Amino acid sequence: MTAVADAPAPLGKALGKPILEVKEISLTFGGVTALDNVSFVIREHEIRAIIGPNGAGKSSMLNVINGFYQPQSGSITYKGVTRSRMRPYVSAAQGIARTFQNIALFRGMTTLDNIMTGRLLKMRRGLLWQALHWGPARTEELEHREFVEHVIDFLEIQAIRKTPVGTLPYGLQKRVELGRALAAEPDLLLLDEPMAGMNVEEKEDMCRFILDVNEEFGTTIALIEHDMRVVMDISDHVAVLDYGRKIADGTPDEVRNNQDVIDAYLGVVHDTDKAG
Amino acid sequence: MSGRGTTLAEGDSFPKLLISNAALRGARPAMREKEFGIWQSWTWAEALDEVRALACGLAAAGLKRGDKLAIIGDNRPQLYWSMVAAQAIGAVPVPMYQDSIAKELAFVLTHAEARFAMVEDQEQVDKLLEIREIQEKAGESSFEKIIYKDQRGMRNYGESFMESLADLQAAGRAYDAEHPEFFDAEVAKGNGSDLAIMLYTSGTTGNPKGVMLSNDNIIITARNTAELDGLCDSDETVAYLPMAWVGDNVFSLGQSYTTGFCVSCPESTATVMFDIREIGPTFFFAPPRIFENILTQVMIRMEDASYIKRWMFKFFMDLARRVGPSILDGRPVSALDRAGYALGRVLIYGPLMNTLGFSRIRLAYTAGEAIGPDIFDFYRSLGMNLKQLYGMTEGAVFVTAQPDGEVKTDTVGKPSPGVDIKIDESGEVIFRSPGVFLEYYKNPQATAGVKTADGWYHTGDAGFFDADGHLKIIDRAKDVGKLNDGTLFAPKYLENKLKFFPHISEAVVFGDQRDEAVAFINIDLEAVGSWAERLGITYGSYRELAAEPRVYDLIKGEIAEVNRDLAKDAHLVGSQIHRFLILHKELDADDGELTRTRKVRRSFVAEKYESLVVALYSGADHAEIETEVTYEDGRKGTMKADLAIASAATVTAPATAPMKLAS
Repeated sequence: MTAVADAPAPLGKALGKPILEVKEISLTFGGVTALDNVSFVIREHEIRAIIGPNGAGKSSMLNVINGFYQPQSGSITYKGVTRSRMRPYVSAAQGIARTFQNIALFRGMTTLDNIMTGRLLKMRRGLLWQALHWGPARTEELEHREFVEHVIDFLEIQAIRKTPVGTLPYGLQKRVELGRALAAEPDLLLLDEPMAGMNVEEKEDMCRFILDVNEEFGTTIALIEHDMRVVMDISDHVAVLDYGRKIADGTPDEVRNNQDVIDAYLGVVHDTDKAG
Repeated sequence: MSGRGTTLAEGDSFPKLLISNAALRGARPAMREKEFGIWQSWTWAEALDEVRALACGLAAAGLKRGDKLAIIGDNRPQLYWSMVAAQAIGAVPVPMYQDSIAKELAFVLTHAEARFAMVEDQEQVDKLLEIREIQEKAGESSFEKIIYKDQRGMRNYGESFMESLADLQAAGRAYDAEHPEFFDAEVAKGNGSDLAIMLYTSGTTGNPKGVMLSNDNIIITARNTAELDGLCDSDETVAYLPMAWVGDNVFSLGQSYTTGFCVSCPESTATVMFDIREIGPTFFFAPPRIFENILTQVMIRMEDASYIKRWMFKFFMDLARRVGPSILDGRPVSALDRAGYALGRVLIYGPLMNTLGFSRIRLAYTAGEAIGPDIFDFYRSLGMNLKQLYGMTEGAVFVTAQPDGEVKTDTVGKPSPGVDIKIDESGEVIFRSPGVFLEYYKNPQATAGVKTADGWYHTGDAGFFDADGHLKIIDRAKDVGKLNDGTLFAPKYLENKLKFFPHISEAVVFGDQRDEAVAFINIDLEAVGSWAERLGITYGSYRELAAEPRVYDLIKGEIAEVNRDLAKDAHLVGSQIHRFLILHKELDADDGELTRTRKVRRSFVAEKYESLVVALYSGADHAEIETEVTYEDGRKGTMKADLAIASAATVTAPATAPMKLAS
């Protein structure tokens, strides 16, 4: 297969320049060290996985990246600007969108309205204009609605467009949450356990969507995941955390064969190395 | 809405009809599709423009007169136009079932010798690439070009033989500009006797057969029946049944192109019911299964409604059942009942039909299998002019249809215009009509088996005419068997009686050359699930619910009711169902147990579950079974189960002797 010239790098091909670099990040909560001197780089257009056993600091890392937690030391370089910490509204305004481990949707609102909230930072007209829903505000809302309809089409959730999300099955709620993140047209998409609690079919669907987002829009994706098989199948690079420390970083194959990872994460079942 | 435009389009081929419609009613809508949440529409003039670009594009890409164009995808305007575009340049469209797995498609693609394939999206492209690999390994010639409509996910496919539909049309427009006379000249070469389309019948046995239908077959049949039912260009319909099915071809292309009515395509298969509600079709076709599903939904929702609403629903539905069909057929009804019905229309019937999207329906058909009398009466009592028809791919659908005002639940109506029907000496229904197909593609032996030299088609159905000249179909002629005591055994008739209960979604009855009739049952997960919920029965899966003793009791009661009903008829009293079991899995087309049109493949099921059939006749109270199941992604797994077997109450035969089957 030959790639189209202007297409973003397909999987396994050379990736772009670093979009985000975390350097020597340490984060403690009282006496508990959540992250200990962790550094890694996320390159443009890649799917970067962060894995590790329970309590390894994976979610803390995402929360540091999008500014929800303040690290005690270290720096974050995003799009060439180095900061000692991110702030949530800065990260959102600069193109970082995320989903949550425990779905955080507006349960009483419809799928459509939930995804529309993802457009919030793109709205130019103020509250009053929007309340009047007239003239330029109306035109603007129609544009946003059109974008949201493309997201709905992309995620194949037309049938639940007008359904309150609280009544949807878990797997679909996860998909709506991904939709809301996509509506923000992110440059960097953070996914916190996108496949937790899903059945095999739902997981496969979600993998397909993650790969499609990456391939169609060139969105850089950082994801945290428990399911090893999923991570190894779809990621370009994998960082492994254990007790807040980074113990490995590399391609799925490198990580799979790393003795520290096998001991810390996979246990000591050495002969299933290649099973993934 | 503008007045009724009843002028029929002129022409003996689809491209000619399209040109005629563009001239007659160029500004009226021809097609609609919901995309990105909005209904997009195309007028007849725009449709002609799209078809012209497609036809020129296909010709420029090398599709020649007589070539086959495979079409695979959901109902999309572009795919309908591709069919007409292929016909315009003398090629033959071959629509295929879009949910078929690659292996099934491979047979049809190879058999039809399709050179080009027009598909909807990446999913279908991937199947075709898989097939291409198989064909190349086997040394068979494969298709030369794949054209895809949706660009999504396609950017990393670099194969030179693939092209997007947009690019093909752009090339077509350029070709058209260079050769402006090409399209009209090609269209003029076509005529009524040309092969219009090849439709592969899913078939309950053996490989699918390619039914070749001419322009005349479809257009004359469509025109005759559209005239009879008064269809006109202000009618609206929704195309949501597979494009590979003959009915969709006759309704969405045949009748639309002859009368000029607008066809709307749903957004996705999951949104069909919402889309129907938004369009509000005036002409609607659905197989009994869909009417049944809609009714089940209504009943489930009503059970959750407040007491007053339930009481009103029951009161007015009882009234509607009593007088609704008579009012619809214009028979005399007392003034009091009329007033009650009018009130019911305001309070119940109108809002209900509106919720379902059926407010504007003038004409609705159902066919394919027997419809439950309860279901049929429900819709008719609400004022929907629902009628039954009888037809098949080999007859371009219409063989018989119920005329307005002469609708009965247990017949399929009178011969359609131009159709001659006879019952031959063995009881089989045979007919001759303008719709009788040309032949099966590359299968003269099969053609000779069903079509006589003077054009009579043997349906394989057993039936007879009733006193009013209505045709009544009992079963497939070959399926009508007898029990060991000689009693008539019509399995489909029994299965339909069982399936009329909302709790039973599928049934397979055995009994030919046996002492008594026994049954496999599939429960309806939604209906039984809701019933179980009300009784506080917990279950984790279909399988658990199916094994629940109280569900067995529920089904036992329903079978006993069927038996009581059978006992009233001297022909059928002997075929009461003695024993049954509830299967641990739903019968599925992916496992080969149903056809793609969801009919039971009886002999296959009998073979696959042979140990269960043996157990049903052995007197055992349970049976173990291990079956292979195919998941939606094509992987296979096995399922083990220990099924309970139960007996159902039967009624002793009345004094009259059971009728023996004439040999």
